Amino acid sequence: MLTYLRKRIISSGLPLLVVIVGVFALARMTGNPAALYLPLNATEAMREDFAVRNGLDQPIWVQMAQYFGGILRLDFGESMRTGESAGAMALRAFPATLQLAGTTMALAIVLAVIVGSAAALKPNGILDRFSSFLSMTAASIPDFWLAIVGIWVFAITLGWVPTSGVVGMAAWVLPVATLVMRPFGTLVQVVRGAMVSSLSEPYIKLARAKGATQYRVVGAHALRNAAAPGLTVAGDLTVGLVNGAVVVETIFGWPGIGKLMIDSILQRDFAVLQACVLLTAVAIFVLNILIDIGYALLDPRVRPSAGARKRRKARVEHRGQQNGPKAPTTPTTTGSAATAVLDA
Amino acid sequence: MMTEMLEPTAQSDPPTDTVLEVTGLDVDIRTPQGTVRVVSQVSFAARRGQTLALLGESGCGKSMTAKAIAGLLDPVASVAGGTAVLDGQDLNQMNPKQRRAVAGPGLGIVFQDALTALNPVYTIGTQLGEAFRIHRGASKKQAKAEAIDLMRRVGIPEPETRVNSYPHQFSGGMRQRILIAMAVALSPQLLIADEPTTALDVTVQAQIMLLLRKLRTEQQMAVVLITHDLAVVAEEADEVCVMYAGNVVEQGSVDKVFSHPTHPYTKGLLESVPTDAQRGEGLSSIPGSPPELTKIPAGCVYQDRCPLASAICRQERPLLRDTADGQRAACHFAEKVSAAKTDNDDANNVKEEIR
Repeated sequence: MLTYLRKRIISSGLPLLVVIVGVFALARMTGNPAALYLPLNATEAMREDFAVRNGLDQPIWVQMAQYFGGILRLDFGESMRTGESAGAMALRAFPATLQLAGTTMALAIVLAVIVGSAAALKPNGILDRFSSFLSMTAASIPDFWLAIVGIWVFAITLGWVPTSGVVGMAAWVLPVATLVMRPFGTLVQVVRGAMVSSLSEPYIKLARAKGATQYRVVGAHALRNAAAPGLTVAGDLTVGLVNGAVVVETIFGWPGIGKLMIDSILQRDFAVLQACVLLTAVAIFVLNILIDIGYALLDPRVRPSAGARKRRKARVEHRGQQNGPKAPTTPTTTGSAATAVLDA
Repeated sequence: MMTEMLEPTAQSDPPTDTVLEVTGLDVDIRTPQGTVRVVSQVSFAARRGQTLALLGESGCGKSMTAKAIAGLLDPVASVAGGTAVLDGQDLNQMNPKQRRAVAGPGLGIVFQDALTALNPVYTIGTQLGEAFRIHRGASKKQAKAEAIDLMRRVGIPEPETRVNSYPHQFSGGMRQRILIAMAVALSPQLLIADEPTTALDVTVQAQIMLLLRKLRTEQQMAVVLITHDLAVVAEEADEVCVMYAGNVVEQGSVDKVFSHPTHPYTKGLLESVPTDAQRGEGLSSIPGSPPELTKIPAGCVYQDRCPLASAICRQERPLLRDTADGQRAACHFAEKVSAAKTDNDDANNVKEEIR
């Protein structure tokens, strides 16, 4: 498992490195970083002063080294607006985004598994058609439109929930409801498709032949097999939520990383923007690792052969005991010794 | 086997030993073109400690018959009539709950392709123990112990370690053993084996058949063996039902049916088995192919390929009737079939040749 994980970390770590270098290159390719960091009406003296202070007069490789050193210390420079550390600002905004994305995805997955499985039980039945219509609609509605209509109906006209902010449970309703639509709609289709194919597999017949209840057949045998494709798509959708909640966070004034990014762009707060981009990239990197681990947990065929190694080891010991010079043990005792090795 | 059959004691009490009695079973499939009858008026009885073979080509309805008995028909198929009485209860009259109660303790089924029949994401131990958890309320620990015991009984080496392995970590033969272990887990009275060796290579086939025979004797099960393999029938079965286009065309004890076939189809099948006498000659085969199930002709189902077909065969479907002691065939000219000698070889020897 560790070897497998190491491989996955290396393979998804490379893109992360590309993003980090890309951010560095972009800041320099678009012209003098001083022009990016400083306000438009900055004087020549201010620019020179900035260049010296940030080491921009140094050779490019020194700048690169300083840049990487800064990342390691989570030092992305200071915000133009507040003078606060850009890294700290991004880190402070991040939990709000994660909470929103996490709540949304949890809701989307639970609903999609229920609706998608129910639809898969009778392909082309009434429920299937209804859920197909429902999920297509949910996946196609633009989130900004839904957000605005939601605010208008539920916050302004009915006054049930606040228009923006994070105070109280009610404030979560509209942002989550808006964000959940696309993941829900997409996942219903994926779960439904995976469940239809999984339910037609011979192992479902075998489970029924053992007298398993419908609940057991669907919930344990079919769903577990349908989970892997679901996880892949859910992972992608989560990535989308983590860096794509920009619109919804802005509309609802949600103090997450998406809103911080937009604010930084609008105010040319380049250091904060850079910190946000890097933090998001790291989050996606971690998420991908988690998806890989989840994948391996769900499907033993993807799992690396750690089990096989354990088994070989156990077998060798098993043989050793049988052939050993000591009094021959009965197969049962050697067997349980082997099991004990496995359990240890 | 022949002598046993002739002994009066062996023949006097078979009714009490009947585990499964199928009578007039019909199975329909709904297709866009309309309803198609894929199994028609199938009747047979399976006895304790004996093997009954359902023999036929692919698509003849033998697997469909088995699935209908096991209650595992696909949603498009349904039992249209007849009874299947297991231990005094008609399986076709059962509600889903009663069905589930029978599935395992009453009847077990072994599927053809062990790789796809085993759930890839659960360990063998979990899947083997599942029957005990469902029907006996066993704890996880007990179920695992039972699984190990089962693995030992079907000859899987190192069961204590292998119980934690997944299906893809086993060979084809081992997977088939696991499937068999699952089917016999709760000592069912009836074991249905649906082409249990088709997906395996020949040496493994023999081991699997040996295992099935051993378990049949140990647990005194009735076995319904579904196969297209004449050699397997000759070797393993006590009785045989030869099926063609959804109908039983001939049934009886294997010894009699194979030595004196009274239906032209059975005869054709037996003649197509290569024998030493034919060495150097071309293999004999039955001309033509089975009718599409949507276009089964009126009259005899076998008329298009039958050398004896005449006017009556096109008008009237022959019913199964006694053609010899303990042997029934659905042919207007059964007597003619049994009287005729084959050209190249003595039909009496065919069974021996197959063996």
